[in-house]
Amino acid sequence: MAIEVRIPTILRNYTGGAKVVEGAGDTLSDLLSDLDGKYSGLRGRLVTDEGGLHRFVNVYVNDEDVRFLGSLNAKVSDGDTVTILPAVAGGAFGFAAAAAISSHAATVAVR
Amino acid sequence: MARYESLLDACGGTPLVGLPRLSPAVPEGAPPVRLWAKLEDRNPTGSIKDRPAMFMVREAERAGRLRPGDTILEPTSGNTGISLAMVAKLRGYRLVCVMPENVSTERVQLLRMYGAEIIFSPAAGGSNQAVATAKQIAAEHPDWVTLFQYGNPDNARAHYETTGPELLHDLPTITHFVAGLGTTGTLMGTGRYLREKVEGIEIIAAEPRYGELVYGLRNIDEGYVPELYDATVLTRRFSVGTRDAVLRTRQLVEVEGIFAGFSTGAILHAALAVAHQAVRDGRRADVAFVVADGGWKYLSTGAYGGTLADAEDALEGQLWA
Repeated sequence: MAIEVRIPTILRNYTGGAKVVEGAGDTLSDLLSDLDGKYSGLRGRLVTDEGGLHRFVNVYVNDEDVRFLGSLNAKVSDGDTVTILPAVAGGAFGFAAAAAISSHAATVAVR
Repeated sequence: MARYESLLDACGGTPLVGLPRLSPAVPEGAPPVRLWAKLEDRNPTGSIKDRPAMFMVREAERAGRLRPGDTILEPTSGNTGISLAMVAKLRGYRLVCVMPENVSTERVQLLRMYGAEIIFSPAAGGSNQAVATAKQIAAEHPDWVTLFQYGNPDNARAHYETTGPELLHDLPTITHFVAGLGTTGTLMGTGRYLREKVEGIEIIAAEPRYGELVYGLRNIDEGYVPELYDATVLTRRFSVGTRDAVLRTRQLVEVEGIFAGFSTGAILHAALAVAHQAVRDGRRADVAFVVADGGWKYLSTGAYGGTLADAEDALEGQLWA
């Protein structure tokens, strides 16, 4: 078994378009280094030069934000699901953007 | 029951109700683990946003930033817009909402009914783009007053001064507070208050995780974190997907008779996670969570009926919180 990592659209240019990739490691930092070996440059988009998580990147291990689990030192293990997402303006603004995006989506493809 | 001089005076003071059927069972002799719902849909326009809307307007008046007849500009078509439109109407202001074009006609109708005017921004780019557009319009109209809920300390202060004290008064044994993370005002204000008063309290954020299309960003650097957000106020933060949010929203009405919007389902999902963990740890827990609004505005999504997969499809590409 491996660790499943979900990649957001805006970073899939690093994974050859793959939405989900697999990696290994005991911590999030190890995992990202492992992935960077296969998908060069990915780690650099998520981790700053100072060695912290990028301000506009949120990473979740099994749906929980890693910043409350030790950040890059957060423990990961086989069978975990790691989700990477960009930070967006949430909350009450939602519905406006919803309609805008669904109409935009309609021109692309609707499931 | 009480009587109030006006609708504005009836804001807050919402009921906190126990959920005896949804609270997890504990082994015999183990300390109780209880869930409590703060019914914020019982506010004047039906959502928790009445609190910050009223507070932001009142404090702007007090500071002399807002004078009778002024125009308020805000990037919103959601609950904050509806709350601000009501407050602006009663306090004598003109409200202009900025929102992406092609927003649902229901939303436009609701806002116009309350007296708001609408400026549409380009649809592409999602909510981040619309926030930027609003900032640009504000720069072009220096006489318009922007309350800007994402960065206005009075948004959080509303909860520091009302939501937090109400919770502590009604539930002095509170161990966990769970709310949704959007502007972050609810969690920052209520969280700070409770942390000052209750040792060891856990402040838990539940944020909705949308389908890919909703984000609309071209790269990571277009991301946005609300100016109000201070991660040190929180102890845990969960990302909740559409399916879990819908499941819990349905469970809440089926089991406890509380008809809520989907953001509340996401919040309940996180509340149940910490409640079950307390059971496993054999610890007493009084978990209070926010019912942000009722389900009425979301009925047209069709996501309250049919299979969970159908509901997930119905909400795909929509921001449901």
